[in-house]
Amino acid sequence: MNPSVRPVAELGAPPAAPPPSARGRSLGADAWRRLRRNRAAVASGITVAFITFMCFIGAPILGLVTGLDGTRTNIPLGAVGPSWAHPMGTDTLGRDMLMRVLEGGKWAILVAITATAIAVIIGVAYGAIAGYVGGRTDDLMMRLVDTLYGFPTVVFVIVVMAVFELKSLVVLFGLIGAISWLTMARIVRAQVVGLRHREFVEAARALGVRPATILFRHIVPNTLGVVVVYATLLMPGVMLTEAFLSFLGLGVQAPLASWGTLVTEGSTQILVYSWLLVGPGLVMSITVLALNFLGDGLRDALDPRSRKD
Amino acid sequence: MLRLILSRLGSSVLVIFAVATIAFFLMRCAPGGPFDEERSLLPEVQRNIEERYHLNDPLISQYADYIGGLAKLDFGQSLKRPQTVNELIAGHYGYSLTLGLMAIAIALSLGLTMGVAAAARRNTWVDHSLMSFALLGVSIPSIVLAPLGIAAFALHLGWLPPARAEGLSSYLLPAFTMGLIYTGTIARLTRAGMLEVLGQDFVRTARAKGLSERAVVWRHAVRLGVVPVATYLGPAMASMIAGSFVIEQIFQIPGLGFYFVSSVSDRDYPVLTGMLVFYVVILVALNLVSDLAHGALDPRVREQR
Repeated sequence: MNPSVRPVAELGAPPAAPPPSARGRSLGADAWRRLRRNRAAVASGITVAFITFMCFIGAPILGLVTGLDGTRTNIPLGAVGPSWAHPMGTDTLGRDMLMRVLEGGKWAILVAITATAIAVIIGVAYGAIAGYVGGRTDDLMMRLVDTLYGFPTVVFVIVVMAVFELKSLVVLFGLIGAISWLTMARIVRAQVVGLRHREFVEAARALGVRPATILFRHIVPNTLGVVVVYATLLMPGVMLTEAFLSFLGLGVQAPLASWGTLVTEGSTQILVYSWLLVGPGLVMSITVLALNFLGDGLRDALDPRSRKD
Repeated sequence: MLRLILSRLGSSVLVIFAVATIAFFLMRCAPGGPFDEERSLLPEVQRNIEERYHLNDPLISQYADYIGGLAKLDFGQSLKRPQTVNELIAGHYGYSLTLGLMAIAIALSLGLTMGVAAAARRNTWVDHSLMSFALLGVSIPSIVLAPLGIAAFALHLGWLPPARAEGLSSYLLPAFTMGLIYTGTIARLTRAGMLEVLGQDFVRTARAKGLSERAVVWRHAVRLGVVPVATYLGPAMASMIAGSFVIEQIFQIPGLGFYFVSSVSDRDYPVLTGMLVFYVVILVALNLVSDLAHGALDPRVREQR
């Protein structure tokens, strides 16, 4: 045993046995039952699913049926407020705002998913290795995480993107992901520390399985529930980061638009054409809020001890 | 305690040095220079400028000059403005500091109260509505909230100035917009911390002594319950710096964030690196203070060290 091992309970490791109330139900089924009882989380899940559906599948269908188009300009029409023909109004170039918001949502959601996935990969690998190797390596690796926590890492993204004039989406996804993995690393490390001396790990070791295989095939899959929860909680943060970068002109670039760029455009015309801000702002806020609620609900369901009440 | 502080100071210097070095080489690797114009300059002019700012020296001697300057707390001369970086920082950090302090004060006072109140009445409607509000605060992007706030409070109601840093009242709107995100997080952290503490033995002892519920919560439990908040303050300040870029743009406050953003697009290397180093020094100091506060609040941590 090495000295850095802390009490398992303190670190939120998965419970050794299902709670007595579960009576034979699997952990997953139990969690699902708890999640369904949480009405806010269910409503949020439905909201997120609906908005995602509308952005990716609903928008093209809606465009075909109603003939609305988020890219076709209609300069004589200009900016008009919400009406039956244009439920969210039109922008100064006469483009339909509803379609623009759905189109923007597509990019906002894509950024959120991709950047979160990158953060999850880095965070899980980093945390798992630190937790499994333990000792000095662990101390050093986690010390680096602590230090990075104290930095405005997003400032580095700004500098890198602006100074190197990188306007590609791939770089944007990658950089946002590259600064968002810290919490994930901490959580996965705590889980791995709790798991690495369990019998199934001993068994695998006794069978001569290589350490890397033990770690990534046997231990890491056991942390998946927690990873899913924190990935959900990561997504709203990533969305806000994208909006923030878009505001500084470093996010998704025209002709593509994301919620961040739409809100930025709208914020400059708040007095004259308030719907240009209110529409995208509202949809974006609702999505972020719903993701937060959903993440909270998932955490309560999968890790009941984190509720503390 | 002293040994802890000393060892932390040592690693802080190391961190600052590392950031300064990375920043320096990052800027020099970048394509395009500060004096790239639409029209190319005459070769003599180009040479004179490069001579003036030592841009032609070998990289290693530029680096040595730069680190030597840092050691003397000299960040160098701006390439685009008449001031030195020190003058820029000295002239404008006050705006950012006022804004940041007000935002953190708003966040702390609102967040702590909300968190403690929610924990004291857990699972009632008070708790649920306070926590929903907290989540709302974390979820509305400040680039949405800020213009709406200006439109509502400054332009429609006319209660507050819409922008510019003139008088303390002009900071209210930006500070509130900035603080709301942290209010939510602090409220959630406080609630979780308080719930954990309220279940502990020393709280039961305090209750058994016959203390009023108010005294139990506010005199005994709060001190330990806010520990998570103390450790959160460091990262909060860090993200506040980034947040100030946007808030200062929207509200036209001439603080450091405002100049940082413009120096990014100007490729004003000395200003950029200087401000980065300045930010890091502040953050390192704040993190140190937050660590010490943690020790002061939680006797168990003090004994461990």
